[in-house]
Amino acid sequence: MRTVGGKLLLTAAVVLAGGLLIGFYVAKLSTEAGSAAYTVPVQNENGHPVVNMEIMTVAAIGPNLSPNPDWVSYLIKDTSGQWRRETVWKLPANATVHVTIYNFDGASALRNNYLARPHGMVGNHITVDGKTVNSINPDDASHTFAVPQLDMILAIPGVADDAKNQCDIAPCPMSTAHRTISFTFHTKAPGHYRWQCFVPCAAGWIDGFGGPMQTIGYMDGFLDIT
Amino acid sequence: MSSIAVATPPVWRRFVGFNMLTGIVLGVVGWYAGWYGGHGVVGPSIDYFGDVDYNEISVYLAYIGGVIGFLAGLGFLNYPIARLRGYPPSLREKETEGIGRYFSLCTDHKVVGIQYLWGVGLFFFIAGLNAMLIRFELLRPNHQVFPAGTYLTLVGLHGTMMMGIMTSGILGPFANYLVPLMIGARRMAFPRIESLTFWMLMAAGAVLETTIFFGGFPTGWTGYAPLANQANPGMDNYILFFALVGISMCLLGVNMLATIVTMRAPGLTWTRLPIFVWGVISTAILNVLAAPVLVAALGMAALDRTAQTNFYVTAAGGSSYLYQNLFWVFGHPEVYILALPGFGIVLELLPVFSRKPLWGYRLSVAGLLGVSLLSWFVWQHHLFVSGMNGDLRPFYMLSTELISIPTGFTFICGMMTIWRGHIRFTVPMLFCLAWFFNFLIGGLSGVFLSDTPSDVTTHGSFFSMAHFHYTIMGGLVFTFFAAIYYWVPKMFGYKLHEGMAKIHFWTMFVFFNSTFAPLFAIGFLGQPRRVVTYPSGLQFLNDWASVSAFLLGCSMLLFLWNLVYSLVFAKVPAEANPWGSKSIEFQLPSPVPVHNFDRIPVFSSDPYGYGEPARPLTIPAGAPAGRD
Amino acid sequence: MTAETNTPPAPAADNQGRFVVIAWLVLSAVATPLVAIFLGPIIPPGNATVQGQGQVFDNQVMTALATPIVCLLVVYFAYTLATFRARRGAELVDGPPLREHHGIQVVWIIVTGIMVLFLAGFGTYELLKDGAGGGQGPNAIAFPPNHKNALEVQVIGQQWEFTYRYPSLGGMESSQLVLPANTDVELHVTSLDVIHSFWAVELGVKADANPGVDNVAYVETRDPLTFHVRCAELCGLWHGYMFNNGRIVSQSDFQTWATQAQKQYAPIAKYVPKYSHTYLPDPQRRAG
Repeated sequence: MRTVGGKLLLTAAVVLAGGLLIGFYVAKLSTEAGSAAYTVPVQNENGHPVVNMEIMTVAAIGPNLSPNPDWVSYLIKDTSGQWRRETVWKLPANATVHVTIYNFDGASALRNNYLARPHGMVGNHITVDGKTVNSINPDDASHTFAVPQLDMILAIPGVADDAKNQCDIAPCPMSTAHRTISFTFHTKAPGHYRWQCFVPCAAGWIDGFGGPMQTIGYMDGFLDIT
Repeated sequence: MSSIAVATPPVWRRFVGFNMLTGIVLGVVGWYAGWYGGHGVVGPSIDYFGDVDYNEISVYLAYIGGVIGFLAGLGFLNYPIARLRGYPPSLREKETEGIGRYFSLCTDHKVVGIQYLWGVGLFFFIAGLNAMLIRFELLRPNHQVFPAGTYLTLVGLHGTMMMGIMTSGILGPFANYLVPLMIGARRMAFPRIESLTFWMLMAAGAVLETTIFFGGFPTGWTGYAPLANQANPGMDNYILFFALVGISMCLLGVNMLATIVTMRAPGLTWTRLPIFVWGVISTAILNVLAAPVLVAALGMAALDRTAQTNFYVTAAGGSSYLYQNLFWVFGHPEVYILALPGFGIVLELLPVFSRKPLWGYRLSVAGLLGVSLLSWFVWQHHLFVSGMNGDLRPFYMLSTELISIPTGFTFICGMMTIWRGHIRFTVPMLFCLAWFFNFLIGGLSGVFLSDTPSDVTTHGSFFSMAHFHYTIMGGLVFTFFAAIYYWVPKMFGYKLHEGMAKIHFWTMFVFFNSTFAPLFAIGFLGQPRRVVTYPSGLQFLNDWASVSAFLLGCSMLLFLWNLVYSLVFAKVPAEANPWGSKSIEFQLPSPVPVHNFDRIPVFSSDPYGYGEPARPLTIPAGAPAGRD
Repeated sequence: MTAETNTPPAPAADNQGRFVVIAWLVLSAVATPLVAIFLGPIIPPGNATVQGQGQVFDNQVMTALATPIVCLLVVYFAYTLATFRARRGAELVDGPPLREHHGIQVVWIIVTGIMVLFLAGFGTYELLKDGAGGGQGPNAIAFPPNHKNALEVQVIGQQWEFTYRYPSLGGMESSQLVLPANTDVELHVTSLDVIHSFWAVELGVKADANPGVDNVAYVETRDPLTFHVRCAELCGLWHGYMFNNGRIVSQSDFQTWATQAQKQYAPIAKYVPKYSHTYLPDPQRRAG
């Protein structure tokens, strides 16, 4: 490298290469282990925003929807009937949200049985397979849906171990064994509310809290209330 | 270089042989060998995560294979194998070839020092980039740029990379380059091991960065145990990084101590050693003794993660306290490994730029060694509220406060050195003066943290973060730059542009303080460390810190540009002694020739004879030729 | 860590040295009261509890002691850097060969030693007089005066929420921390999985939550207020979101809340394990 021009060219090349590497690095980090946001469609009933969400929880997400095929996961149904593995949900503020959860996973029991008492939703009860209950046997708990910042938590009972026709990988057809849980809650002020599962359902990890339990896009996410 | 006329080999031929390229190739081969070997060897019954088809053992074997392949490709196995086969001992490898020697195993300690400078610099900037990303995330509490789990990996990457790489930040580049010169030797005691420590560190950095392909790690740089057992395979990258760094640190320390103890030139008694060398000694002792504890603690973590042991799992009879204590037995000496070289550099440079001898030489040495000794007795101050034995807390409070005393020796000796001197405000001097300011704040905040009642609020908060950034960045990194500006003209033979350097200093000083001073308040106001969100009331202070951090990053870029401009484009030759120093390395030409000295010098005084009648420090005619 | 000094940093018969000392004494005499008056009252964590106030006092003393040290360095460096500059462009001239001064060294060592010992003693006193709000492990040694009648509240940390159990209310568990005013509280902090740290910011309480370990911290509440609880030890994904607000309420409000909370707890009471200082819930590893 003798000439100034040659040196400038080399410096520019190094800077460009560095910039590209940094760009790749930042891009990878911002998309790694996260989730795209899904805007839940809003209906208007008498001037009041109402939202209907259908959510599925599965024992193994499968290779089509995730690079980690045996991780447990939440999915949400979009308007075309497709199940998406997205756990950041945009909801309107001061709205009524009706939630139906189809659980295809078996029970793993809670770490802290106190969390089996549903509270924070309308009526402090949930409907399981048509019956209204205000507590769940913690040993039946398969997952929870908890939004601590709204002080709302509910335990989702699991499919019996000896049930016939259990689902393998997501998305699970309704014909396979499942439990249906529904409840209603109200959103309040706008904000960024995290939600998580409290059942140690991450198979293989110590305390059952590794892997999918600590990754947004599986068992954790956000309610983006705007 | 041979004087026989030979045809210059073609360009491609120069890339063949044992060098970094071969190292990378063999490293990749070794990686895959370990990966598939691991799959073949182990079944889910051994592996902790076998239920989810994670083969942790493959990850470990892959990276270990990769590192071994890398080091073999560089040629580190050649000499042991040659000796096993009966070849006679030899000392020197690749010491006279061109730029290629910087990319291979070279036994010239000056080459290793320069390799370290670039290598440490590269990872310093990568870790600094991570810091910029962290501050970018913290601009808004309710908006996630990076997913929360990836944010934790970023936090961990920044801290781990900085701590692992910068422990060798001054010993690596500067001790390797200067210690043989300062003691009048031609080489280090173990030249190949010296090069090994460098290449292990580079391999370690690569291992750590690739954690992003394995899911990252959620524990921050401290790697606390039960959480570490739960983590994705990216945690293994962290464990292997620190294992490699630990071995590298230990070997570096051994090399330094062996060199300084056995290879000093005639006349160089202990009281004539440059204070920088004493700084190296006090650091090297800690390197040698503390690093193995870390390797042991992480070895147990690796076993917990693969072989279903339960060292750190309380429910199965282990203890989460075990990891915390082992880690901090290493961790506290570790932070003095970071701080002590800085003390040595400040005390080394102040005499040159005040034209006065170092005031209180023996007191300074006592201070350095005192810090080194006391650093072993303070580690539980990281655990004051952890539920440790209550009776011990007053003891650790006392021992931690006591460490202020030897630290204070450095302050008084430095301050008295400049008294009635003729102070020149060159860029290295500015960085040394800034050290006093930064380390004062860092040290005083440390007194708050060492006081147990005060620690109840400040532990695990941003106050603690501000404290250690003031001591480590304000202490170590500022002296790192002082050393660069001071010795780069000697190492490369070119001057660095002074105007840009001064702008770099002032912007770095202003924005460094602007970034970290608000963090004291943020911590007191209730923001814990390593959080991705915070109460919205703290947003103004967080934004102030973030914007200042970005500007601090810009000042670093200015420094990079200065380096490139001065060393590649302007190339203004530097004279042999640009600072008028009486230290021996400045009596040699710039850059220093391969063999260091034509004849081994005989010392008759320390290098601080300013204002005293000249006593020859250099080479009398009858000086010994010296052993090679 | 730096050291403190009250010593003149100059050879005795030196006017310059004397000037520095006098300037330093004057600046300290002015600055220390100013710091005490203006900075003192806003020093965290605040006086909401007896322990918090103890910490405030401790911090105030340390800040007041730090002020003369900072003044010393400010005065010293301002003076030396201004007075002893080398002439620009002039030849390099050496300064006087001052290598040491035994008197200064001795005084420095003694004074810094005294300051350090004082701080260690003072801190120990503050710590032992009522525990200073910090977690002391299962065998606490520092108690507030009335601790035998303290209200026992257990803090359970788990990934990623704090819950609270009140043994005196039948072992009731709640996700809200409510404490009565003007009461001694004995907090037992434990974890169900990884290491957390219970930090009640305005109360001045911090105690790590270790699995299988009972970490005791004492706090004496005062007037009603709302305080922040945050997790201060990295515990995984939602560490930054592991917070809630606690309340100190009047004694009567506390009774009201307690009754209501017990009613809410009743349906789940039969499933929650008996109150104990530590829990190691099964299973430890999940399979399938």
